[in-house]
Amino acid sequence: MNLEVFLQTLVQGLLIGGLYALIGLGMTLIMGVMKIINLAHGELMMIAMYIAYWMFVLFHVDPYMSVFIATPLLFGLGVALQKFLINPVLKVDSILPENQVILTVGIGMVLSNLATIFFKSDYRSTPVSYATDAWYLSDYWKTSPIELSLSVPWTVSFIFAVVITIVLWFFLSKTDTGKSIRATAQDQDAALLMGVNVKLMRVVTFGIGSGLVGAAGCLFIPIYYLYPALGGQFTLIAFVITILGGLGSTVGAILGGLILGIFESMTSTYLGMGWAPVGRFVIFVACLIFLPGGVASLLRKRKLGR
Amino acid sequence: MRKFAPLITLAFFAVLPFAGFSTYIMHILILVIMWTTIGIAWNLLGGYCGQVSFGHAAYFGVGAYTAGILYSKLNLSPWWGIPISIVIVTLFAFILGFIVLRLRGPFFALATLASGEVMRISSENLVDITGGSLGIMLQERTWVEKTWYYYIILMIAVAAFFVVKKLMESKIGYYFVAIREDQDAAESLGINTTLYKTVALCLSGALTGVAGAFYTNYMGYIDPHVVFGLHDISIITIMIVMVGGVATYWGPFVGAVIMVLLAEIIRSIPGLGTAYQTLFGILLIVIIIFLPNGIVGDSRKLARLVGIKGASQ
Amino acid sequence: MSLLDVRNVSMFFGGLAAINQVSFETREGEILGLIGPNGAGKTTMFNVVNGFYKPSRGEVFFKERRITGLKPHQVCRLGIARTFQVVKPLQRMSVFDNVIASAFLRVKTKDQAEEIALETIRFTGLFDDRDKISKGLPLGKRKKLEITRALATQPELLLLDESFAGLNPAELDESIEIIKGIKERGVTIMIIEHHMKVIMSISDRIVVLNYGEKIAEGTPKEISSNSIVVEAYLGEEKNA
Repeated sequence: MNLEVFLQTLVQGLLIGGLYALIGLGMTLIMGVMKIINLAHGELMMIAMYIAYWMFVLFHVDPYMSVFIATPLLFGLGVALQKFLINPVLKVDSILPENQVILTVGIGMVLSNLATIFFKSDYRSTPVSYATDAWYLSDYWKTSPIELSLSVPWTVSFIFAVVITIVLWFFLSKTDTGKSIRATAQDQDAALLMGVNVKLMRVVTFGIGSGLVGAAGCLFIPIYYLYPALGGQFTLIAFVITILGGLGSTVGAILGGLILGIFESMTSTYLGMGWAPVGRFVIFVACLIFLPGGVASLLRKRKLGR
Repeated sequence: MRKFAPLITLAFFAVLPFAGFSTYIMHILILVIMWTTIGIAWNLLGGYCGQVSFGHAAYFGVGAYTAGILYSKLNLSPWWGIPISIVIVTLFAFILGFIVLRLRGPFFALATLASGEVMRISSENLVDITGGSLGIMLQERTWVEKTWYYYIILMIAVAAFFVVKKLMESKIGYYFVAIREDQDAAESLGINTTLYKTVALCLSGALTGVAGAFYTNYMGYIDPHVVFGLHDISIITIMIVMVGGVATYWGPFVGAVIMVLLAEIIRSIPGLGTAYQTLFGILLIVIIIFLPNGIVGDSRKLARLVGIKGASQ
Repeated sequence: MSLLDVRNVSMFFGGLAAINQVSFETREGEILGLIGPNGAGKTTMFNVVNGFYKPSRGEVFFKERRITGLKPHQVCRLGIARTFQVVKPLQRMSVFDNVIASAFLRVKTKDQAEEIALETIRFTGLFDDRDKISKGLPLGKRKKLEITRALATQPELLLLDESFAGLNPAELDESIEIIKGIKERGVTIMIIEHHMKVIMSISDRIVVLNYGEKIAEGTPKEISSNSIVVEAYLGEEKNA
């Protein structure tokens, strides 16, 4: 096997893995804190992508700048969904406890259909000036035996994703709100007893989760095609990463994203692209059955020395 | 009076074709009855046994393709698909159940969603067996008139209704509900939950598969996108039972009537056609929040909301 | 004759030993109390006996037969029934239907199950409530229902997990009578309880756990004067 191809595939996988991690982080926070399964996660990302698209087309705003626009907008949307739709459902008495999941299915249906109605199903993209630019290894290391290229938009998106992840990490570990959120995730009742405004934390978390996936959307649009039905596959990706990484674990989500990114890159290079969704599903179900605690549980076991 | 409701309804539907309805109305009736069957099947597993499946399209599609492949590869009449799909789909459900039934609640839901999609993608890719995205087309249709199709699906629906009814009044029925309410407590009371969940899954799948095989014969054309469709089959199935009434005998029927009629109304209003998913989504959200047990399940609550006098508490 | 024989059972979760090398036996026809401070491992022990957990080490024997590692429904078939601390009946079904569901264990037809259910309901005093929906029952009756459901499986050994918690004095006395009645029918009983007065008055023998280990075993009189036990509780109850 060609070393160059392998390394290129690996690099590609890492780059997209970083973006995937951002999507997964949003979901793992929501699932960890609120124990809610949000099947409309991908649709939220789709909305952010449309925001970035129209910002670009109408006002020539670079998608990377739209991160600062879409993130707060999606935060607000998330908060609204949580307050007006999700919270009521959690209080209702019903035979089947899966109502909350079904609710998010309904939300997703409405969002993606509305997008189809307003924006049509045409594929859209933001052809920024640097879309096809790349940095070549040979430019910097003249005598390099192999050639590696880093596509500019992929790399910039990756860097943004890393920065956002670091900011998030600081927020969760150093700020009071962040610690309150983690407390709520660990033990809601205990947090309540210790004076944490659990209700507010839940709303904020859903907002943050939505904001994160909104940022991810803006980072994706320079490198991806946009169409209304795009949400589904990203919801799936978010789930795979959440389960693979371990419910509620931010480190797990990061690792999970990278692992998935590399896995997909490898299978796409060596097996062909059509099977990617199947690969995701297989990982998903395999994790649910064999490693329900995800990568995070493996890390925990090593820490405890068993 | 209540006791005879099923028989009266059956008699009503049995003589309905003699009213001389148009082909279009007959088509609608057939759809309603077919969806009632699928709803009854899903309700057995989901409403009564508590295992909420987001991937019933998997069984529908396997049943549909059983009939289709018997025709396209083995040159048999696709009607053989109906009895044979019972065997094939039961086997499929059994194997799938082995993997997914160990998961609880929302994870089971997600895994079933995954299985439906895997079946769809697989049937798109395994072109040699299924014909891929081109699907399978029946060159000759058995009848031009809808009447016989109507009676066949009616018989299937009636069988499904009575099988489920009898089952729920027996030991198995009690066990299903015990599992739904608290699986651990049920285990501790001597119920082999794995066995009974598997029974529920296989029966639910088999009934859905028969509906699928019927579909192939009736429509004359199937492809992966239609019969394994997440939104067009799996989610509609959930909606039918949730709108009509989970864990009730009549819920699936009520739900099927409402959903099919709603779909037709939306389709015929110009301009509204493309928005049907939005409207369905909104309906789903409203039902989940206000009538989570469906129209039949929450009938008292519904009466109160609508303001019917005397419907207190 | 020892009905239940727990030999050197240990249960580890991660690195933590919830139960550490505990051995005891339950003799046929007796009422054995299992007490200890919160977190001592009592419910974990029930979960091991009942089949919910497979013990990390050790064996459990029932009627001389090895039941370690059997699934809960198999254990129930063999004759061990249990109640749960957090009672969760079949909410939307009537009391009667709740009991019928568990009565089906040993019979095939609904008529037979109804017969057993009726008899058990009469025995525990829920006959007048039999058509009420279990969701609306007060706590005391729900706890009774929990016991009734377990009884309907016709066990030889009944594990009761905090069936007295939250009951008022009148309900307490009633429950004690029911327990005594169950013993008279020949069912052996193991009971986890924090209510000292209750446990001391009805148990034939008592096993005390603390931090997952057995620290004492004996008659109520012996246990109440055992300084180690008193220290373990350290004023936690004594006037419960």
